[in-house]
Amino acid sequence: MKARVHVMLKNGVLDPQGEAVRHALGSLGFDGVEGVRQGKVIELDLAEGTTEETVKEMCEKLLANTVIESYTIDMG
Amino acid sequence: MKAAIIVFPGSNCDRDLAVAFEKAGADVTMVWHKDTELPAGVDIVGIPGGFSFGDYLRCGAIAANSPICRSVVAHAEKGGYALGICNGFQVLTETGLLPGALRRNANLKYICKPVGLRVETTDTIYTGGYDKGQEILIPIAHHDGNYYVDDAKLAELKGEERIAFTYLENPNGSVADIAGVVSRNRRVLGMMPHPERMAEPEHGGTDGSAMFRNMVDQLVTA
Repeated sequence: MKARVHVMLKNGVLDPQGEAVRHALGSLGFDGVEGVRQGKVIELDLAEGTTEETVKEMCEKLLANTVIESYTIDMG
Repeated sequence: MKAAIIVFPGSNCDRDLAVAFEKAGADVTMVWHKDTELPAGVDIVGIPGGFSFGDYLRCGAIAANSPICRSVVAHAEKGGYALGICNGFQVLTETGLLPGALRRNANLKYICKPVGLRVETTDTIYTGGYDKGQEILIPIAHHDGNYYVDDAKLAELKGEERIAFTYLENPNGSVADIAGVVSRNRRVLGMMPHPERMAEPEHGGTDGSAMFRNMVDQLVTA
């Protein structure tokens, strides 16, 4: 089974990389891009029966730094 | 005074840090990240700069979960001293021993240059060799040194005088110009600038050496 974890900087934490991407899109002529936030996706290949609770623990302990990042989990 | 310097794959300031401690009179042991115990009788743990584990996932995140870091956390929780410089600061925030987090520099650039710092508190073994408000020149070399804490934690750090150093000119976007902070018991310091790179005349300056001298003096007499 697979799980997919999305890690994003929390709202309110400045994302300088997202800002740089927004500027680059603007200079390519894409108007109206009002905000860009850049995060990461982590795909986990897990033993059958691994619970979302366990994946949540992985996020809390390692995959996300909850001081500045939030995460969401997609199971299966 | 016994110091242990932790060496991770990708650490690159470990020997510089060891030399700075030795020149100040400390007895230094290098400790590999796979070791599970610190040497007996260690007074202070040094976590050096570099790119532990290639900065994979987040700077310092993998190192913070390595076997030796469990011992470092236990050492600090018992009241032991720990100093994290640059990547070492990132590791200490990732372990939770220090508050906040280090984000990508606001200008997205890796910055490597000497910067002016102000000593904000002298009430630590690290900064007791300076005068409060003293301005010193210490190099930075980082891509992810943009310190973040929320407003409530910032107020707490200010109220408890836990900001050790601030930048005279903020190079990286850090909240409140913060360059280094200490733990509540004032025994764990994390800082992005590299005092070990400004500790001998041949480095171009010696503003960092007072840190190491004071640490050794304070811990020898303790």
